[in-house]
Amino acid sequence: MRTFVATLIVSLAAFHAQASDIAIIGDMVYTMEGDPIENGVVLIEDGKISRVGREGRVRIPDGVPIKRAAVVTPGFVDAHSTVGLSGVYGGRAGQVRDQDQLETSDPVQPQLDPIDAYNTKDPLVDWIRQYGVTTIHTGHGPGAVISGRTMIVKTTGDTPESALVEKDTAIAVTLGPGIDNDFDSPGTRAKAVAMLRSALLEAQAYAEKLDSDDPPGRDLEKEVMASVLNGDIAVMVTAHSVTDIAAALRLKREFDLKLWLDGVADAQLMIEEIREADVPVLLHAPRLRARRETKNAAFDTGVYLKEADIPFAYQTGYEGYVPKSRVLLFEVMIAVANGLSFEDALAAMTTSPAAILGIEDRVGSLKRGKDGDVVLFDGDPFEYTSHVCGVVIDGEMVSETCH
Amino acid sequence: MTRLLAVVAIAFSTAFAPAIQAETLVFRGATIHPVSAPVISDGAIVVVDGRIDAVGASNEIRTPRGATEIDVTGKVIIPGIVDAHSHIGGPAGGDRSSPLSPDTRSLDAIDVLSDAFWRARTGGITTLNVMPGSGHLMSGQTTYLKVRKSPRRIEDMLFCDDAINGICGGMKMANGTNSIRDSKAFPGTRSRSAALQRKLFIDAQNYMAKQDKAKADGKPMPPVDLGLEAVAQILRGERRVQFHTHRHNDIMTVLRLAEEFGFDPVIQHGTDSWKVAEEIAAAGIPVSLTMLDAPGGKEEVLDWNLEVARILDDAGVDVSINTDDSVTDSRLILRHAALAVRYGLPETRALEALTIAGARALELDDRVGSIEPGKDADLVILSGEPFSTYTQVAQTWVEGEMVYDRENPEHRKYATGGVDTYRSTTYAHEHDHEEDKR
Repeated sequence: MRTFVATLIVSLAAFHAQASDIAIIGDMVYTMEGDPIENGVVLIEDGKISRVGREGRVRIPDGVPIKRAAVVTPGFVDAHSTVGLSGVYGGRAGQVRDQDQLETSDPVQPQLDPIDAYNTKDPLVDWIRQYGVTTIHTGHGPGAVISGRTMIVKTTGDTPESALVEKDTAIAVTLGPGIDNDFDSPGTRAKAVAMLRSALLEAQAYAEKLDSDDPPGRDLEKEVMASVLNGDIAVMVTAHSVTDIAAALRLKREFDLKLWLDGVADAQLMIEEIREADVPVLLHAPRLRARRETKNAAFDTGVYLKEADIPFAYQTGYEGYVPKSRVLLFEVMIAVANGLSFEDALAAMTTSPAAILGIEDRVGSLKRGKDGDVVLFDGDPFEYTSHVCGVVIDGEMVSETCH
Repeated sequence: MTRLLAVVAIAFSTAFAPAIQAETLVFRGATIHPVSAPVISDGAIVVVDGRIDAVGASNEIRTPRGATEIDVTGKVIIPGIVDAHSHIGGPAGGDRSSPLSPDTRSLDAIDVLSDAFWRARTGGITTLNVMPGSGHLMSGQTTYLKVRKSPRRIEDMLFCDDAINGICGGMKMANGTNSIRDSKAFPGTRSRSAALQRKLFIDAQNYMAKQDKAKADGKPMPPVDLGLEAVAQILRGERRVQFHTHRHNDIMTVLRLAEEFGFDPVIQHGTDSWKVAEEIAAAGIPVSLTMLDAPGGKEEVLDWNLEVARILDDAGVDVSINTDDSVTDSRLILRHAALAVRYGLPETRALEALTIAGARALELDDRVGSIEPGKDADLVILSGEPFSTYTQVAQTWVEGEMVYDRENPEHRKYATGGVDTYRSTTYAHEHDHEEDKR
């Protein structure tokens, strides 16, 4: 039986290898590893990038299919989305219930694992993929003190497991007025921070007891929070106002958290503080609607973060209504239209999110050894009227029509 | 120096003069897209008293004596954009008391001081159809307005002359899921939605018949019914229905009602219109599209197809592109049309969809929507071709008055947003609350 399974695995692997060999030739290849290559080749073998170089200097093995494009970039990494959990229907009463990004029974639920809800077949997964998004940091959404955890997946695969890049990436924390819609408490900012601090302090005590002669029984919530305290799990805090950003930075100082600021409409007012705290920003989509706590959101906030050398990557966040998801490429175009340079814009959706999320060994640039995730364009990627004409994930062409 | 003086003169005149300029302007040197005529590569436009007096090749247009000449060499000029579906200014129409509120006028509710109007100015939008929401079968009267400079009251923005008794807009109707509610006054099904709408039109027919009979008999007119008066205006072809509808069979219900009662609606949104393009074309009904980046958010927007504009255009439907602001952002309406171009709509048609087609949808095409003599001098000066990421709206002009200038930092901040730029506490058209569907 074991031999049979082994044979099956080998034969599947062999089949897989064939299906995931491809050579992509671009008039201009933006590897994001140094200068772009004119007439460049990206050779992918067995799902991984094996060679990148000028046409003619990279030998393409016989039988490997060749695709050509005007412009070639790495697959895009959406720094924070809720796609796969916040389903396309919107889950209103009387319609399909598909809103799994926010559980409202308790405002503090680090035990919620998005892999138990992620729907690989939600149409929005395909939708964002056809515009070049190959990797998403997704999971539980904004709206609770701790709404659950996040994970990183590829926009492919039939099961959550087959899509998975990394489990337990961060806990999703929200500070600010977005929380009190669904819970009796917290009803104030101070209460939300107090609840977070309590959860962290309880986890500290729990972790200490684990090392004692009389260890406590397993506690799912506290286990997760203990991993947060030792830095294995990041803390993604969705915060927009100066008050909430400052509170997040204060929590980082108190507990030495691995903090990512998310959203951050008031970023322009907190440049110095964010830089001093050495915290990366998962920046709101440029077209985030400016209202109430997001009133200072702007098309060009990325330009200010770039000038200040603050590491940032664009996210698309959570959308509650029509349309049900933002599209990373369509958002970053607006940053480019408002002063972000071509290279900085491309970095903010490839190398930068990969580095912040800690998956730069797998994705984010076209480099030997990395995953074969590539986007093919028929022109300037940021031009409104250009098209994505091919998307490759792990060496497999997953989208071939022009969008 | 002459140009500097001219600029100073404009700055002063725009600051102190009444809305319509008693002066002559000549825009010279730009590539002009008149929309009603072929592109002019080096053109000139003469504006007299806020109206277009002449347009043509630069070497054929002389500068009248005393006119102010504005050098727009290297720029691109398109007509002021007409957005046939917006919620800027945040008016609600009907309340929870009835699903049919033809008596309510959005013009009584629009916040003309809302900074959201800057989104329109920076996007090159000069004409708006500001509507109440879609949470009612008939949520109220819409308002057609000009995004003029520094309005203080709605009268400063209207197309109509009489804000009290005039017809100053269309009528918002809706079907599908938004207007179906868990409330006794409201419909719980699609069939009841249509039945309630049908009953209202029949009530209006009866009302009109009573009026006609009283007139014929020389008797006193029956008491005025505010709501039925407005519905009668629809049936007489004086007020156009702007019909929010998404699903293919809801669109067919609109066509059925229109045929049954002889009115001429505009399909607003029309998510599934690509599935019934031939039927819409045969009925001669225009579609005003909201160009979404993605599907979903509710079941009836599941089949959103970005090729819809091209498919409708191929079928012969008159297509315009709206913002439904704040569902899509008014600052980027050119970009929303570019999305249609990305999916096959020819650029010339996309430009029409932003201008003359929207004007036709509002029955204002005698005044706006193209650059031709006699029309209002509503102009958008672009830094480049209309559908490029790298093109900026440089200036927006309404009736010969500059209402947006990207060179002015106090204006430009509204194009990007930023700290303390958009301060209005109410951001129009919040779709994301169940009880606040519009």
